Amino acid sequence: MRQSTPLGRFWAEFRENRVAVVALVVVVLMSLLAIFAPLISPQNPYDLANLSLLDARRAPGFVGSGGYAHLLGTDPQGRDLLSAIFYGLRISIQIGLAAGLVALTIGASLGILAAYLGGRLESLIMRIVDLQLSFPAILLALVLVALLGQGKAQLIGALVAAQYAYFARTAYGAAKAERGKDYIEAALATPLSGRVVILRHLLPNCMPPLIVVATVQIANSISLEATLSFLGLGLPVTEPSLGMLISNGFPYMMSGRYWISVYPGVALIILIVAINIVGDQVRDQFNPRLRK
Amino acid sequence: MLGFIIQRFLQAVVVMAVMSVIVFCGVYAIGNPIDIVIPPDATQEIRAEAIRRLGLDRPLWEQYFIFIGNLLQGDLGRSFVYNIPVLELIGGRLPATLELVLISVITATVLGVSLGIYAGYRPDSWLAKTIMAVSVLGFSVPSFWVGLILILTFAVNLGWLPAGGRGDTVLIWGVPWSFPTLDGLAHIVLPALNLALFKLAMMIRLARAGTREIMLTDTIKFARAAGLSEGTILRRHLLKLISIPIITVFGLELGSTLAFAVVTETIFSWPGVGKLIIDSIGVLDRPVMVAYLILVAFLFVTINFVVDLVFALIDPRVRHGASA
Repeated sequence: MRQSTPLGRFWAEFRENRVAVVALVVVVLMSLLAIFAPLISPQNPYDLANLSLLDARRAPGFVGSGGYAHLLGTDPQGRDLLSAIFYGLRISIQIGLAAGLVALTIGASLGILAAYLGGRLESLIMRIVDLQLSFPAILLALVLVALLGQGKAQLIGALVAAQYAYFARTAYGAAKAERGKDYIEAALATPLSGRVVILRHLLPNCMPPLIVVATVQIANSISLEATLSFLGLGLPVTEPSLGMLISNGFPYMMSGRYWISVYPGVALIILIVAINIVGDQVRDQFNPRLRK
Repeated sequence: MLGFIIQRFLQAVVVMAVMSVIVFCGVYAIGNPIDIVIPPDATQEIRAEAIRRLGLDRPLWEQYFIFIGNLLQGDLGRSFVYNIPVLELIGGRLPATLELVLISVITATVLGVSLGIYAGYRPDSWLAKTIMAVSVLGFSVPSFWVGLILILTFAVNLGWLPAGGRGDTVLIWGVPWSFPTLDGLAHIVLPALNLALFKLAMMIRLARAGTREIMLTDTIKFARAAGLSEGTILRRHLLKLISIPIITVFGLELGSTLAFAVVTETIFSWPGVGKLIIDSIGVLDRPVMVAYLILVAFLFVTINFVVDLVFALIDPRVRHGASA
């Protein structure tokens, strides 16, 4: 019976790929960990009263002054790494999602407007978008973060500016193809306003490719944010994302205290790879050429 | 064709002008550079004198036009921190970056094309499947993380290779290079590998897709019918046919690898331009930041201009579409 709805059919097809299902479960689990981090973490890693420098840089399994074992060891400030990873996931996912969704909104609006209106505006918007796509996103984000300064809003702004062009290109391509089809011509011939045609008819038919790009770009924002934080250009030290945890541990790696960098890194990689696998499967399902 | 060239050239000039304004104003907005240049216990007179000497007391637009005027004469200003001309500073760091980027891109291309051809030639073998699975990882794993793992494995745990720096260098035409010495080569392996892995995945996919397509064409069928050995077919015919897109991508990727060198150079303390820019951002060395960004913008605008021209030469639809 679930087969009858489009969403049910989509899920039935998705379920056939075991790897993708596992990846989806991992993404959901990690999101839950991030959401409930304050409830499940053994320690609040940002409450200085909880931290003791005596516990700093201890190996995994060390029982600290808090009376419990630090399963993944502690960092240079004496934070429990497991708790720091949960909180880091929270920040990384937050920023990735926020940047991805804002970039999606801005990019899709620009792309669809360019395709719908045509003419000079179309060539102006797409010229800018193409120009930006020829620059590497990492460089653009790096420069913007350097220019805007540190902070969550600035970081999200830089990520959005570095990524909106991908959405604009995708939306433009899809909307341009739909724009020429008869149903849009028919809708335009009715007294419906342009706004209604765009929102009710054009936008929904541009969604599939945009969803695919969105999954990949959210993973990319998370990875970009981690890179920037690692370079010391991302968030302020008071809000360590996964990238900053890795960066904090880097100087200690040479002396064999690998866990400070490695465990946050493993969390980051698992998150990014899982999102990408889910995105790949969704892409394959939306691609009619690969349909059986 | 001439009209097309002029049009694209003007576009490139406009883009450069806009970029220079954005970069200049943007860099001007961060922090107050004067606090870095003079010691905090300096008197008011020394402070005012330093501000005047650096031209920071003039209005922003005036500073911009002075900057552009100097730029056109090949003068990009002096670094606040090192107090030498910026061009000299960047020029001194450029060989290290070029060396690293060239070795990485060439390694990535040679390895990637070989692996990609194999994966496309025998798509169902387990080795081909492994290659493709690993290349998916190459796409998703952030480059800085790969660098860390390389250091942890080969420098810390195994102790085979050094973790940072350039090692011994040799002067060729007055410029230091690392690759001719054994110690320098040992230093370059890890950062070059780090940078190459980032590009490898794409090269593999490109070569594989090209191979799969071309193996089905008549060219290959007739070559086989003529009794040529598989090795000759691959070398003489396939490689020639897939090389066109690969050379294009090679050129384009050279630019983006230069950008990514920022990350790799920071991890491996490689004294190139990328490390310089990160350090300059840290200490708000404005002239270096502005000069670096303008040079990078110039590099990309030039690459795009050349690529546009080459495509227009190959494909007449491009030039007619643009002039219409």
